[in-house]
Amino acid sequence: MRHGIAATALIAAIALAATACGGGDTDGGGKGADGKISGTVTYWDTSNEAEKGTYEQLALGFQKKYPDVKVNYVSVPFGEALAKFKNAAGSGGSGAPDVLRAEVAWTQDLANIGYLAKLDGTSALADRSDYLPKAAAGTRFKGATYGVPQVIDTLGLFYNKKMLKEAGVRPPTSWTGLKAAAKKIKQKTGKTGLYLRGDDAYWYLPFLYGEGGDLLDTGKKQVTIDDAPGVKAFAAARGLVASGAAETDATDGWDTMQHAIKNGDVAMTVNGPWAIEDTLAGKAFADKSNLGVVPVPAGSGGQGAPQGGHNLTVYAGSKNLDASYAFARYMSSAEVQAKTTEKLSLLPTRASVYRNEAVAANPNVKFFKAAVDKAVERPWIPEGNSLFQAVLVQFPNVLAGRTSPKEAATAVGDAYRKLLKGDWK
Amino acid sequence: MTVDTGRIRTALARHWYAWAMVAPVVIVLGLIIGYPLGRGVYLSLTDADETNVERTIGINHLPATYRFTGLDKLTAVLKDEVFLDRLLWTVTWTVSCVTVTFALGLGLAVLLNRRFAGRAVYRSLLILPWAVPAFVSVFAWRLLYNERNGILNKLLDGGGIDAVPWLNDPTLAKVSVIAVNVWIGVPFMLVALLGGLQSIPGERYEAAEMDGASPWQRFRHITLPGLRPVSSTVVLLSTIWTFNMFPVIYLLTRGGPGDTTEILVTYAYRISFVNSPRDYAGASAWGVLILLILLLFAVVYRRALRKQGEV
Repeated sequence: MRHGIAATALIAAIALAATACGGGDTDGGGKGADGKISGTVTYWDTSNEAEKGTYEQLALGFQKKYPDVKVNYVSVPFGEALAKFKNAAGSGGSGAPDVLRAEVAWTQDLANIGYLAKLDGTSALADRSDYLPKAAAGTRFKGATYGVPQVIDTLGLFYNKKMLKEAGVRPPTSWTGLKAAAKKIKQKTGKTGLYLRGDDAYWYLPFLYGEGGDLLDTGKKQVTIDDAPGVKAFAAARGLVASGAAETDATDGWDTMQHAIKNGDVAMTVNGPWAIEDTLAGKAFADKSNLGVVPVPAGSGGQGAPQGGHNLTVYAGSKNLDASYAFARYMSSAEVQAKTTEKLSLLPTRASVYRNEAVAANPNVKFFKAAVDKAVERPWIPEGNSLFQAVLVQFPNVLAGRTSPKEAATAVGDAYRKLLKGDWK
Repeated sequence: MTVDTGRIRTALARHWYAWAMVAPVVIVLGLIIGYPLGRGVYLSLTDADETNVERTIGINHLPATYRFTGLDKLTAVLKDEVFLDRLLWTVTWTVSCVTVTFALGLGLAVLLNRRFAGRAVYRSLLILPWAVPAFVSVFAWRLLYNERNGILNKLLDGGGIDAVPWLNDPTLAKVSVIAVNVWIGVPFMLVALLGGLQSIPGERYEAAEMDGASPWQRFRHITLPGLRPVSSTVVLLSTIWTFNMFPVIYLLTRGGPGDTTEILVTYAYRISFVNSPRDYAGASAWGVLILLILLLFAVVYRRALRKQGEV
């Protein structure tokens, strides 16, 4: 008995204990009498494997401009960064970075808890009028600004030009068109038309917007996902898989998707600018011009893809705020953004960078800029990140045909009403 | 009162040395088990979440603003059908894992309990899954299970069998996670039961053989009863471990597809670490309920064994 209880208690205690990991500390620093900044800036970068080398070089470039500042570059996997930051930031900030590259949906979440420094009036936002209005919208929470937009993105339809040509089809503009194209691709090449990610709720949004729906109506404080468009969106996604036009997985979606498009096992994927560099590394794209990008296909009620991106946020507990502001400004400066576009085809957030000749000539940027202009803004609320969890519970089962679209939409709607505090309907 | 303090005083005087010896253990246990446990139980009676707990952000200190809400959270969880769903699957998962692991472990232990060439090699090979850190083996299994690029399906493909959606179909995903957990759990059962087998006196088997008992009768009436003291303990431990087996589920399927393989602890983790704002009170309520369920199980299990004249 005693052993039983002790073991139970120990396991339960571990389950209950909210652990917070300590780590290194940041050097104090600041602005000297001459306005010079010094000290160390720890920067958590969340860019992916194909991007991080470029970002590290750029981040370290800050030291050339400010020789008194030491930049401590840390690459943190995107999937873990939010949890890691929260663990470190709440407990006095030991181990927390000074600057975090936060996904747009994290910004409101972190600002709501009080972890982020307000940037209005600081040097971080020195030339804020240059930022695209859409990018700037994702940095704001309750009337204040908590981030500097670094990149902006949306989803598009990536396609293998050669495979589509072989099948004699043009890049589809609607999901029904995609179904027909996939059939021809299957006949001519034996390959599947589309790889659709089933393990990430973000990939549900183009279907939802395509039916003219949205997750929430933040103005009316209303949950709208369980309305007719939400149901139709689930049905449209299921239709692609059921007809064999698309293949999907409930786990390991990113790796499987990239493996499939890079090897030429599928002709199309739905993806964002962050995947360009990685996709081009595949053997199907040895000739880089073989990759084409068009807007995500339209549904029965319109066409749209979610607006995403990353902001540079400054930890409110940073011991070196001045250098952090300068660093955030530098990492989103026109000069750095032009470089990330040139090397990684990422989309700048500054209007002035789009006027840069090299940027304007990049075909992927040209396409994605037009797509971003039309992209749908996500609800900028603290729970924004959790909204995906509820969709993710249903999405794979809908795609596999085990949950009906109607049941799934209702379940997500119920989950949202449970999640959102206050007078949400 | 005076009698009581007097008794305590004499007890202290007589056993002060023993008390001093156990003090460090008591203090350490109190710190690493008692405090988090007490804190968890307390949080489950509040409405604490990430936005209202006490936090220190650099030089700024924000005081706690959450309120004591009594049993509200616990009753809300119990009324939630998600809890019952998850509980049902957690019980299915635990029972199947423990039964299969025990049966396989016992079978292998009986096989390895005889003398034959290379016995030591077999024994060490079978213990291998135990020696590999759980997360490493789980990641290896995930690669094996991958529907399109995994080795399992490549092998089946060679035999002309279509790709099996190991982790993409709810029922198959359940079978797959159970299989991995069995694979990880068998060595422990094997070692424990092998020890138990070796403590059964050989004379009993000889006597039974003299009386003409068949191999099955010997197994049924000597081996099984002889293993009782060991097996009752390993089954209890294994049940508790499996019930809370976080890494296998989380790393293999993340609870998916959908939430079909999500057990109670992984769901509690989701509430407390994945959702935002993190709901500390809700997760603690789940934790307290898990603790109560396991305590109840341990008490009932031990009672049942005692009735049968064990322990």
